[in-house]
Amino acid sequence: MAPKVLEKKKTSTVNQQLLKGTKFVVLGILFGIIMTKSEAVSWYRIQEMFRFQSFHMYGIIGSALGLGVIIMQFIKRRALIDYSGQPINLPTKPKGFTNYILGGTIFGLGWALTGACPGPVFVLIGNGFTVFLVVLASAVLGTFVYGVLRNKLPH
Amino acid sequence: MIDLIKQPWPWYVSGPLIALVMGTLLYFGKTFGVSSNLRTMCSIMGAGKKVEFFNFNWKENIWNLLFIFGSVIGGFIGHFFLSTSEPVAISTETVQDLAGLGIANSGTYVPTDLFSWSSLFTLKGAIMLIGGGFLIGFGTRYAGGCTSGHAITGLSNLQLPSLIAVVGFFIGGLLMTHILMPIILSL
Repeated sequence: MAPKVLEKKKTSTVNQQLLKGTKFVVLGILFGIIMTKSEAVSWYRIQEMFRFQSFHMYGIIGSALGLGVIIMQFIKRRALIDYSGQPINLPTKPKGFTNYILGGTIFGLGWALTGACPGPVFVLIGNGFTVFLVVLASAVLGTFVYGVLRNKLPH
Repeated sequence: MIDLIKQPWPWYVSGPLIALVMGTLLYFGKTFGVSSNLRTMCSIMGAGKKVEFFNFNWKENIWNLLFIFGSVIGGFIGHFFLSTSEPVAISTETVQDLAGLGIANSGTYVPTDLFSWSSLFTLKGAIMLIGGGFLIGFGTRYAGGCTSGHAITGLSNLQLPSLIAVVGFFIGGLLMTHILMPIILSL
């Protein structure tokens, strides 16, 4: 009898894992649709932004931020808990300057050139611009090279 | 309703929806940030055996891989089922500036003559796609996050490091747009 019970337990955990994972796929699908429909994945929209010729991207980032600040403050002041009953941990970033400004600048060069930050790279692949698979592979390589050189870079 | 959805979404709809995605992830005990997936991918491919930075339990980040997998599907649905063939309404000034650099308004999300598989074999195409991707991947990890992690999540939580990173994003973006890209495009 014992092995049978064990097997049953195993399938239920796999199902639970799948169920747990589904909500992230669904959120990702929503994110992909939002990014596509907002045109934030458009190379031209990023050019408009860096040329200060349209409010569109500033409006998207600004309004996301406006509601984002409210959500974070609400969580903090009400000490909200997450779905599993744990207190919600608000993400903080380690102190520093050099790595943020230098890394940020390098990132910005790539953002303007490809018109895409990491989120849009994935969304654009879904949009059918499959050449962004090359951008993705290159970005993975860039991350790998950073990992290799990490101890030699100023932080 | 579906006709309304098929129109481009204004910024005041899209921005708050992005914040809600971030908030929902927090409720599920996770932090919104796309670029950490690049590090996870390095680990999955075995980089952790050689480089300490990639030696971590990537299985904890499977949720984030599922998230970006979803975003590919979302991009597909958005593009092929929820859009019209209307060209993107880019400002005329930008269209003119780009025309001066030899880039036509393709009407879609990317300049298709530059962002194509065949353009990979041209010098400027390779710089833009391969070089650009490398800079994104290197820079984002050096800065500890990308637009989602810093400009949305970090700034929402009033993190000074994120503000520094976003200033960096703009220094790099302006430098590329106004100084380097005209040179690259003339190659």
